[in-house]
Amino acid sequence: MSGGSGKNLNLKLKVWRQKGPKDSGAFVEYDAPKVSEDSSFLEMLDQINDRLVLKNEEPISFDHDCREGICGSCGFMINGNAHGPMKNTTVCQLHMRNFKDGETILMEPWRATAFPVIKDLMVDRSAFDRIISAGGYISVDTGNAADANATPIPKPDADAAFSAATCIGCGACVASCKNASAMLFTSAKVSHLALLPQGKVERHERVDHMVAQMDAEGFGACTSTGTCSASCPKGISLANIAMMNRELLASAVMKREAAAGDGI
Amino acid sequence: MAAAPARPFFLSTIGKKYLMALTGLVWAGFVLSHMAGNMLILVSANLYNAYGHAIVSNKPLLFVAETVLILSIVVHVTMAIMLTLENRQARPQKYAMTPNGAKGSSLASRTMAIQGSLILAFVILHITTFKYGTYYETTVDGVVMRDLHRLVIEVFHQPGYVAWYVLCLLLLGFHLSHGVGSIFQSLGLRGDNVAHKIKKVSLAYGFIVAAGFLSQPIYVFFFNS
Ligand code: HEM
Ligand code: FES
Repeated sequence: MSGGSGKNLNLKLKVWRQKGPKDSGAFVEYDAPKVSEDSSFLEMLDQINDRLVLKNEEPISFDHDCREGICGSCGFMINGNAHGPMKNTTVCQLHMRNFKDGETILMEPWRATAFPVIKDLMVDRSAFDRIISAGGYISVDTGNAADANATPIPKPDADAAFSAATCIGCGACVASCKNASAMLFTSAKVSHLALLPQGKVERHERVDHMVAQMDAEGFGACTSTGTCSASCPKGISLANIAMMNRELLASAVMKREAAAGDGI
Repeated sequence: MAAAPARPFFLSTIGKKYLMALTGLVWAGFVLSHMAGNMLILVSANLYNAYGHAIVSNKPLLFVAETVLILSIVVHVTMAIMLTLENRQARPQKYAMTPNGAKGSSLASRTMAIQGSLILAFVILHITTFKYGTYYETTVDGVVMRDLHRLVIEVFHQPGYVAWYVLCLLLLGFHLSHGVGSIFQSLGLRGDNVAHKIKKVSLAYGFIVAAGFLSQPIYVFFFNS
């Protein structure tokens, strides 16, 4: 392969090792010699793990899947920041050239009551799945696919919905928020759907149930300091949170219950 | 976990933030007008006393204002305690290294509860010192009224009181510099197009309230003997 710098780094790693949900866990130090500047952060960890396996030690567990910044599987804290120092970047897309030779890198799992640690750097994010199940969808009785142009959507709405839809559900917003709040994630889903004609139908029930689920999972509240958006690999905007707050208020004052029977 | 049932608006975290924002707005408006009115201390004793007399003479207005302010601070503090506890429970295990740099939170946002607690202590002490302080009398244009000016001048000559006053008003300014911007976000009134303006308004609001209030004890302490 061409185009790389070909330079190597010698690093020290401090990694959170925790055998399982019940284990108390602790930091363990590792040497990471000869790390290519051109490798990704996860490739660096792969190398460490190869060595650990050869020494008959337990490799470091971390979540990953696509390794191209689109699935939302990867993510942990690097030197205190979700997904590391770069903005709009997932750990799998983070390159080692962003670190300095001789540096000590500290790695910790996302920490939140709602995200219990499974092992090492891996946490259980099924709380997010339950928020989605509570209303993050559109119920449609499928028939023939409607012609795309038959449903007019104002361009600004389409753009905002599209931006919100880029959320990959990695959990960096919760991890970086000092209150472990899931407002950015939940609001991205709420506004994505509420902005589109297909999603407007269920907008009131959706926001009610998603927010109730979010609260029940034990996430904190928003203090509008914006670490979530700053840490988000997709740069999801705080404006979504404002929109979710409006949606919940609108639901509280405007929601209508279906009448019993046929509504006559 | 079973699906959570939908809850009444004000029991949700978002509903609590609406209450926080509305009550914060009431107090933010009050401190600005209180600061502006008190600027009369830099003008003349008679004007200052006449202004105070006009307010306490309007009984219905005073009753409504005091009731709204007391209810607001009670709700604000209650919500502050509830939200702060919920927020702590959401992250019982701290990070070895907290988010920092561009991905970190602001000092003002991190210390809202501490600022608020000191502000509460200040508000209570402040009311005891002035509203329920020594009652001097004076006559302005033939009308007998309370000589609040004399009390204020006395108090503002005590270095300890002035130092505490300065500290608390800096904290109030700091609280507002984050809080005013938060109001817009909590009430759902912040879009991307106005976000940077709201930040400036918030900083300016905190600065103006703190600077205005601070000018009063500092002026009295150093220049009014
Ligand atoms: C003059 C008195 C006060 C004013 C003008 C004021 C103003 C505000 C404003 C405008 C906010 C932003 C609301 C929002 O987040 O949308 C706020 C937040 C807050 N205030 Fe106050 N406040 C005052 C007193 C207090 C007191 C006495 C306490 C507590 C003892 C307190 C604790 C808090 C806390 C903890 C927050 C942050 C809430 C959060 O973001 O979760 N404040 N305040
Ligand atoms: S592994 Fe898919 S986003 Fe990082």
